[in-house]
Amino acid sequence: MSFNAIFENHNWDEAKQSIYAKTSVDVEQALARPVRTLEDFKALISPAAAPYLEQMAALSQQLTQKRFGKTLQLYIPLYLSNECQNICTYCGFSLDNPMPRTTLTKEQILKEVEVIKGYGYDHVLLVTGEASKTVGMDYFKEVLPLIRPYFSHISMEVQPLDQEEYAQLASLGLNTVLVYQETYHQEDYKKHHPKGKKSNFQYRLETPDRLGQAGIHKIGLGVLIGLEDWRTDSFYTALHLQYLERTYWQTKYSISFPRLRPFSGGLPPKVEMSDRELVQLICAYRIWNEEAELSLSTRESQHFRNNVIKLGITSVSAGSKTDPGGYAGGINALEQFEISDERTPAEIVQMIRHQGYDAIWKDWDSVLS
Amino acid sequence: MKPLQIADKTFTSRLFTGTGKFGSGRQMEEALLASGSELVTVALKRVDVQHGQDDILPYLAHPQFNLLPNTSGVRNAKEAVFAAQLAREALETNWLKLEIHPDPKYLLPDPIETLKATEELAKLGFVVLPYIHADPVLCKRLEEVGAAAVMPLGSPIGSNNGLLTREFLKIIIQQSKVPVVVDAGIGAPSHAAEAMELGADAVLVNTAIAVSQNPVQMARAFQLAVEAGRIAYEAKLAPTGITAQASSPLTSFLDAL
Repeated sequence: MSFNAIFENHNWDEAKQSIYAKTSVDVEQALARPVRTLEDFKALISPAAAPYLEQMAALSQQLTQKRFGKTLQLYIPLYLSNECQNICTYCGFSLDNPMPRTTLTKEQILKEVEVIKGYGYDHVLLVTGEASKTVGMDYFKEVLPLIRPYFSHISMEVQPLDQEEYAQLASLGLNTVLVYQETYHQEDYKKHHPKGKKSNFQYRLETPDRLGQAGIHKIGLGVLIGLEDWRTDSFYTALHLQYLERTYWQTKYSISFPRLRPFSGGLPPKVEMSDRELVQLICAYRIWNEEAELSLSTRESQHFRNNVIKLGITSVSAGSKTDPGGYAGGINALEQFEISDERTPAEIVQMIRHQGYDAIWKDWDSVLS
Repeated sequence: MKPLQIADKTFTSRLFTGTGKFGSGRQMEEALLASGSELVTVALKRVDVQHGQDDILPYLAHPQFNLLPNTSGVRNAKEAVFAAQLAREALETNWLKLEIHPDPKYLLPDPIETLKATEELAKLGFVVLPYIHADPVLCKRLEEVGAAAVMPLGSPIGSNNGLLTREFLKIIIQQSKVPVVVDAGIGAPSHAAEAMELGADAVLVNTAIAVSQNPVQMARAFQLAVEAGRIAYEAKLAPTGITAQASSPLTSFLDAL
């Protein structure tokens, strides 16, 4: 059995309707309960919860400190390639975006690593587009051993792979895989992914199952906010997380909430999510699930990040470049999206410490994998 | 207050402390100094020995702090033994808090893997303090395979829920031949005092100090509570409960014989 069986038991429109039908009584009950269900999560992300935002923020902060302390984990993305055979309507790497493409060589990767290590990073996230011929398993099997000596924790955000392939990469030092469903709205998913392997909704939906079976330590979930109704998509994410936690109980989970960012040639988002709504979503995740790691990237603005890191977030990136070779410079490749918070890692660390939190560079060890 | 002996070390403080969740290294250092603690546990995964950029150990460089590396993050006995050897090399101590919690949600310890790893590590010369459920039989088994102390939980780690396992802790304390350190779930000084009154040899506290609004004062409060509980235990608590005095004594007939 996979998540697909559960997914098929749910109907998008019914789920959406039930979220929008939640009342202040549902929200108050959800806040008062010691253990919260998915129905409570629906109430917390519903429009009815908007007036309770301050109360939700206080509770979310308290629960996060209890579990994670006054700490924030730091990570940085390392873009290896912007080659991509997919057409995704919202992404700068989309095949139909007529821009020069590049995949970093070993020498170029090591130059990037040198800059990143200079910042102090010990946890890295490898990112690529989907171009299986040039940036497939053969490439990954060369890259992991190359960078493993430099980092204590290696994550990947690449195309979905098979279970055996994940197991192979885990043996080479891969700890975490992020795979965002983008949207759980099946018809809309097809519209946004008309061409390439990514157009296979089902294969993507079952990727976390393959990761769980392959014994990957941590799985990152999320949807791209802006494609569809964010409340319904977030409910499906929570449903997915609940299934995974019960099925692959030895695996850790993290959630991200990427809001669609502009890129060269891109369209504006179909659905806008306000800052206030994003805070509501972050707090709702925390209040519903005390253990999930919640991650915030440089897609968000300086002002927003300064204030929201204390409300439930457990990991942040800083100083990110979304173009391959962007750290060492000299390649000038296409970036995936424009980042919003452009401060250096040192500035972010200073900001975190100024708020009475500790910035954590290392919270894993390569001996553990 | 009697000193506590575990393996080759003697402790005057019966409050052991953790190093996670503090807002800064400096704050952690000040709180741990205020606690009077002499045994401080450090997650191997947080220590950067390989790259020499470690941001924890400098704050623990005080003669009164003995380091107790822990294996947090390992999922089975094999990984634990490997991590323990690395910790011994990196932190130059053969003391080890053995933590095997394959479940990352509640961080509950795996009794089977913990027993296996304890046996193996004890043979390798480690002073093993395993973190476990408050399971009296498991504690005896661990004692038999060479654990230097046992560390049963009061309630799930980080929950601050106090001694939910009270009845089982009593049995463990009553029958243990090795020191019993109540670990996890101690959320308030009163919980620590209660554990000490029950006869625990020590307690380990982290979250309740680190996440408090004032970690230094909270550390001091725990120090006092642990001392109070221990002194009360040594002084022997007055019996509780009221024994009824029967108006017609049940055994008075014996006087007539």
